[in-house]
Amino acid sequence: MNRLGPFAIVVGILMIAGIGLATYRVTEYHVPLLPGAQQLLWQVEARIEFRANGGPAMARLNLPPEQDGFRIVGETSASAGYGYAIEALAEGRRARWSTRSATGNQTLFFKLDLAADETYEVEQVPPPLPQPPPLEEPYQTAVSQLISAAEPRSADGFTLAHELSSSLAAGDQNATLLLDQYSPSDVLVTALVQAGVPARTVQVLRLEDGRRRQSAVEQVQVWDDGWRLFDALSGPVNNVSNLFVLRSALPSLLEVEGGDNSRVNFSIVEETRSSLSLMENGGGEDFFLSLYDLPIAEQGMFKLIMLLPIGALVVVFMRLLVGLKTSGTFMPVLIALAFLQTELIPGLISFLVVVGVGLIIRGYLSALNLLLVARIAALIVVVIALISAFSVITYRMGLIGGLTITFFPMIILAWTIERMSIIWEEEGPKEVMLQGGGSLLVAVLAFLVMDLNIVRHLAFSFPELHLVVLGLILLLGRYTGYRISELTRFASFR
Amino acid sequence: MLEWISPRQLSGLGILGMNARNVSYIARYNERSQYPLVDNKLNTKLVAAEAQLNVPELLHVIHTQHEIGRAREVLTQHDEFVVKPAQGSGGKGILVIVGRDGDELIKSNGERITDTALSRYLSNVIAGLHSLGGRADVALVEQLVRVSDDFSDYSVEGVPDIRLIVFLGYPVMGMLRLATKASDGKANLHQGAVGVGIDIATGKALSAVQHNRVIDRHPDTGALLSEISIPNWRRLLEQAARCFEVTELGYLGTDMVIDRDRGPMLLELNARPGLAIQVANQCGLKPRLRHVEGLGNRFGRDRRGPDARVSYAMEHFGMSASSAQPSLFPPEINQLLNP
Repeated sequence: MNRLGPFAIVVGILMIAGIGLATYRVTEYHVPLLPGAQQLLWQVEARIEFRANGGPAMARLNLPPEQDGFRIVGETSASAGYGYAIEALAEGRRARWSTRSATGNQTLFFKLDLAADETYEVEQVPPPLPQPPPLEEPYQTAVSQLISAAEPRSADGFTLAHELSSSLAAGDQNATLLLDQYSPSDVLVTALVQAGVPARTVQVLRLEDGRRRQSAVEQVQVWDDGWRLFDALSGPVNNVSNLFVLRSALPSLLEVEGGDNSRVNFSIVEETRSSLSLMENGGGEDFFLSLYDLPIAEQGMFKLIMLLPIGALVVVFMRLLVGLKTSGTFMPVLIALAFLQTELIPGLISFLVVVGVGLIIRGYLSALNLLLVARIAALIVVVIALISAFSVITYRMGLIGGLTITFFPMIILAWTIERMSIIWEEEGPKEVMLQGGGSLLVAVLAFLVMDLNIVRHLAFSFPELHLVVLGLILLLGRYTGYRISELTRFASFR
Repeated sequence: MLEWISPRQLSGLGILGMNARNVSYIARYNERSQYPLVDNKLNTKLVAAEAQLNVPELLHVIHTQHEIGRAREVLTQHDEFVVKPAQGSGGKGILVIVGRDGDELIKSNGERITDTALSRYLSNVIAGLHSLGGRADVALVEQLVRVSDDFSDYSVEGVPDIRLIVFLGYPVMGMLRLATKASDGKANLHQGAVGVGIDIATGKALSAVQHNRVIDRHPDTGALLSEISIPNWRRLLEQAARCFEVTELGYLGTDMVIDRDRGPMLLELNARPGLAIQVANQCGLKPRLRHVEGLGNRFGRDRRGPDARVSYAMEHFGMSASSAQPSLFPPEINQLLNP
């Protein structure tokens, strides 16, 4: 152990530097050490149903605008057999589904992830005042009378709207006449616009956990240095924290061409998710060496890359301390990385299916007596064919999760199959189970560790902690004690 | 159920673990640059022959695919030979031909293969099928080793080989490996071959294991394993000890065989010899390794020649001598006691 001195110093420096830098980051920059406060996340799923006429069909759903209090953190669509695109128009964004021919009942899904965030504000510009044509008589007179009754009692657009909605709710002669013909919101908007106050009807969704098949409610937005929400009959809506405005400028929420009986309803699920909302919003610039400085796309990549050392540490631990056999030293880490994107169970199943079928086909390839390079190349083609087939079949069966199999590193899969098959031929199926099982076990363990919220957070927000990981790996590299597996291997000495 | 032994007991017995072997012995005493000498059997053979160690005669070397045709012509002159990949490990890819029957060749297990099958096999070897990492390889054709009569009761398939751990030139522990039906003719302990611990002092059997369990008799032939005594033991040890000068690898495994006619021969060398030899001997390696480390530093002060080292080893590492556990004292004190 003559070189232990300098070695211990190096490891010590690494550990101290890592922990020191992390401490500095916590105290000076207030980077949260833990994954952070729990944040409320609403998952709103729009379910669009219509009956297709047999020809080309197209459905357009207005996407909600950015609004105060909610950050849109995710938009996904699931619609087998439909082309899907997002149209960006001046008035707002629309999701568009299209297909060449569709018959019968059609169902399309659109899912929104909304992070509730009270500090989130969207800059709002005053809208141009629309010039609506006057209503038919006698309704125009009724509206004019409503306005002239309410106007003297109001100071601005907001109070005018308040007065108007009270008179609608009170149900005097003019109001009753108008409400017979028009919806309360339409009456309110018409009256406000004619009085020179920008207003519009909107669809509002009430966010409540576990609500299914909920429809949007029509309400009114009135401009008063920012849009204020009104219910046409009950007046201003004050608690907007769980109200989500679905559309504003575009004519209608859902448009369907080539079909009828269309409707859209919403399911809502509440979720608490931890996030680094604090950090993502403020203080990003004065960080030293922070991965948060990177563009979002690169951040996503680094979130995975920064987990690799953790996986490597797990492998080192399992091999040196426990003594598990794995096929290919760091193959388990790559598999674990794939699991991170596929989720554990679908990932395990698809991995086993591809490797299993691959082994069978490899058995045939070995009968062909190919040269090694050609055989591996052939296996790569086979693996890609298997993955495509697997994806198509699971997609047809409606299991979208099957698509994530493409996250598996294909060359690695091909090599795994080749190696397993050679082990099978030379050392028998028992050894295959031992090494394959060992690899999978290590991969699952690495996945479980890498999937921990706190590990993900620390690895990404505190890159310097990887110095500590490095120190640990170095320490394990000098471990000369027994492995746990050796305690059984040498049991005959007892 | 699984049986366990506590780490404290293991270390009390002086058992060398995998991590300790890698860090404290292989990494410290084996120079990386010397590995090609032992990882490639062709290199081993050439340097061993140069140092006048006894090795099976090299009949032919096939480097590239297009030399296979010519090789088949050369091989028609031989009725028995062994083909092996130069970079194969753990006995992978070794083909033993023991005779001819018309156009067909007879393998050691009695199977027959055709001439075309032989070409295909050679092509696979050269493509690297049996080699570490699938690298392109070279096929060696060697003279067949014939089993010595002393072992005829103990060999089912293949020639029994003797693994010695040679530490800094001292043969510290030895094991005879007997292929069994369970091991499919391979002398690989974890595949079910029998390992017989051999007394360094006498060349006689100490204890035997199969699948990590102590056994008395050969599982296939029923022969009593304790009666094994290896002929020409001292000569064999000397050959092994000289491998240290040849390879300059401090922690070395030598695989030897005893040919009926030509005596002990070096078959191959291993820079990362396994730990099963301790189980076969029912004895830990660590005390002996420490003992040798106490004799002199690295490649420095200990200037004994191979003969002297063998004498020293036979005297100190024998089980029959009372020095079964030679390091009751630290090596430095031992050195003072036995100058």
